[in-house]
Amino acid sequence: MESGTGTRAERGTPNVAGAGERTGPAPLLQVENLKTHFFTRWGVVKAVDGVSFSLREGETLGLVGESGSGKSVTCLSILRLVPKPAGRIVGGQILFEGRDLLSLGEREMRKYRGRQISMILQDPLTTLNPVFTIGAQVREPLRIHRLVERDSVKQRVLELLRLVRIPAAESRLENYPHQFSGGMRQRVVGAAAIACQPKLLIADEPTTSLDVTIQAQYLRLLKEIQRRSKLALLFVTHDLGIVAKICDRVAVMYAGRIVEEAAVRELFSAPAHPYSQGLLHSLPKLHQRIARLPSIEGTPPLLSNLPPGCPFAPRCPKVMSICREQYPPKTPLTTSHQVVCWAYAKESHATSLAPS
Amino acid sequence: MPQALLQVKNVKKYFPVARGLLFATSGWVKAVDDVSLTVEENETLGLVGESGCGKTTLAKLILLLEDPMAGEVLFRGRNLQELSRGEMRQYRSAVQAVFQDPHSALNPRMRIGEIIGEPLAVNHRLPKKAIQERVAEVMEQVGLDPAYARLYPHEFSGGQRQRIAAARALASNSKAIVLDEPAASLDVSIRGQIINLFKDLQEKLGLSYLLITHDLAVSRHLSHRVAVMYLGKIVELAAADPLYAEPLHPYTKALLSAALPSHPDETREEIDISGEVPSPLDPPSGCRFRTRCPFAIERCAEVEPPLKEVAPGREVACHLYP
Repeated sequence: MESGTGTRAERGTPNVAGAGERTGPAPLLQVENLKTHFFTRWGVVKAVDGVSFSLREGETLGLVGESGSGKSVTCLSILRLVPKPAGRIVGGQILFEGRDLLSLGEREMRKYRGRQISMILQDPLTTLNPVFTIGAQVREPLRIHRLVERDSVKQRVLELLRLVRIPAAESRLENYPHQFSGGMRQRVVGAAAIACQPKLLIADEPTTSLDVTIQAQYLRLLKEIQRRSKLALLFVTHDLGIVAKICDRVAVMYAGRIVEEAAVRELFSAPAHPYSQGLLHSLPKLHQRIARLPSIEGTPPLLSNLPPGCPFAPRCPKVMSICREQYPPKTPLTTSHQVVCWAYAKESHATSLAPS
Repeated sequence: MPQALLQVKNVKKYFPVARGLLFATSGWVKAVDDVSLTVEENETLGLVGESGCGKTTLAKLILLLEDPMAGEVLFRGRNLQELSRGEMRQYRSAVQAVFQDPHSALNPRMRIGEIIGEPLAVNHRLPKKAIQERVAEVMEQVGLDPAYARLYPHEFSGGQRQRIAAARALASNSKAIVLDEPAASLDVSIRGQIINLFKDLQEKLGLSYLLITHDLAVSRHLSHRVAVMYLGKIVELAAADPLYAEPLHPYTKALLSAALPSHPDETREEIDISGEVPSPLDPPSGCRFRTRCPFAIERCAEVEPPLKEVAPGREVACHLYP
């Protein structure tokens, strides 16, 4: 038996090392050209249309965008929970520790959900089942994945509830969700999400329904849990303030695609894409009052009826004629900063075409 | 001194909590507990606080959607409780509201022309033609094409719907508008448009706003003065600039320190207020914030600090500022 596990591990290592040669340590999650479309009566809605990004152990990537930009569908695609039958993943790869999740059968996939990859949703009241006690709901992932011995499950649940700072956890095991405040509910959801010590935690607007001071507490708690267990965190938000506070890298989504990706400081100090620039400028600042808040004119496009070329072109203050015709290529600005915009593509695009 | 348009004086609103078989009242939720404030002509008063602090109840008292248990609400010096029916109608058209969620604030079965014109039809009984003209006028004021008057709410985006709600509030020549989280449901890129719109309308029409929000940054951009509420009480009241530059009450400090940064390098002193807002059913003795306050002293549990003027135009309810 022992030699058996040994060979499996040996077989596993060359793969990881091979990937590592190119990009340093292999990313935990690598999403390649993901396409998730919804087939509706009114046509095909390309909710996610060619999204690529990667995430390393212990890293926090912020996925920023407005409603309808495809950030939530991206998350659901990673867990393969896209609403059926309308939604379908029609292309791309989702590599988790080098394995393509899209090639797995449903039974295999279930071993990942809640165990390797966990998710926290926006509204804890709809995440939690109102007719089960919170003890039962934190216990559920442990029971399903059979990670803990029967008689020590309760101990583990208590440990988790204390970790997310539920006061007097012991006496609250038999309580129901309605007996908790919004902030506490979301912490219970967090406890269930990390119960099986996943490697990747996807948080989809987890603090949007919380008050300012409770939000600050929750973000601190998430960071602490992440540091403790080297969790990779994919944080979906529309709020650039949260990105500034807790993310290492950030990807800005618009109309189903990532338009800019950068280390957080780079994005905030030198946003390249006109959409990112607009978003940052329209963020109301706490410590200065300006006469007029800059804003982006117009509204986000309908995903079922995207214009040809760059979908931001109709709202873009720097629009050129080519923007309306062709989708811009991805242009690297620094090693950690890429932008998808014709304003930056010209020279490098010409040079990249020349040698081939 | 500018005349107070709206004045709230020592207003209280408690809600009974019924329990048990006979639904006997077992306690009271003190949603608004002895609150006084004024909104001057052409001024925005920001009312900031977390959920459950009573800010929306206070707005409802002003909008006559709730009756106060004690205290009075005055409009241009007249107590609302003493208005005749005709005067009441005038008040209702003078003080309007824009709510957080324009999806539920607009009747999906009415054309937006009817929605915007409804206050005129109800409160002013104007002829159809005059209503149509006024609707076209206010639609232009909020940046909507009057040709859209025939469409239904679902045909508009969130930002446009908020413009429709603003047009309805303006239609009856209102003097004051209660803005209840007017930008909270909107996308970031749209939020600025709406905040600017309300600012422009105020300049052009001399409106007064009572801005209710939990978003300190939004309040920063619209408010001239800010009142901070906690568990049914106002804990700090000051002009916006000094309040944001140097908050005095520990709760205001905590709120500002919990607000999100606008740049990763922006660090501010983090005041960790532990725990959650206590139940308004059974608020702590003395100062209501003391259970979470990092600066609490013995006196805070014994005596409730009154709201006192510590500098001209600057009021704080805290024992740290005697």
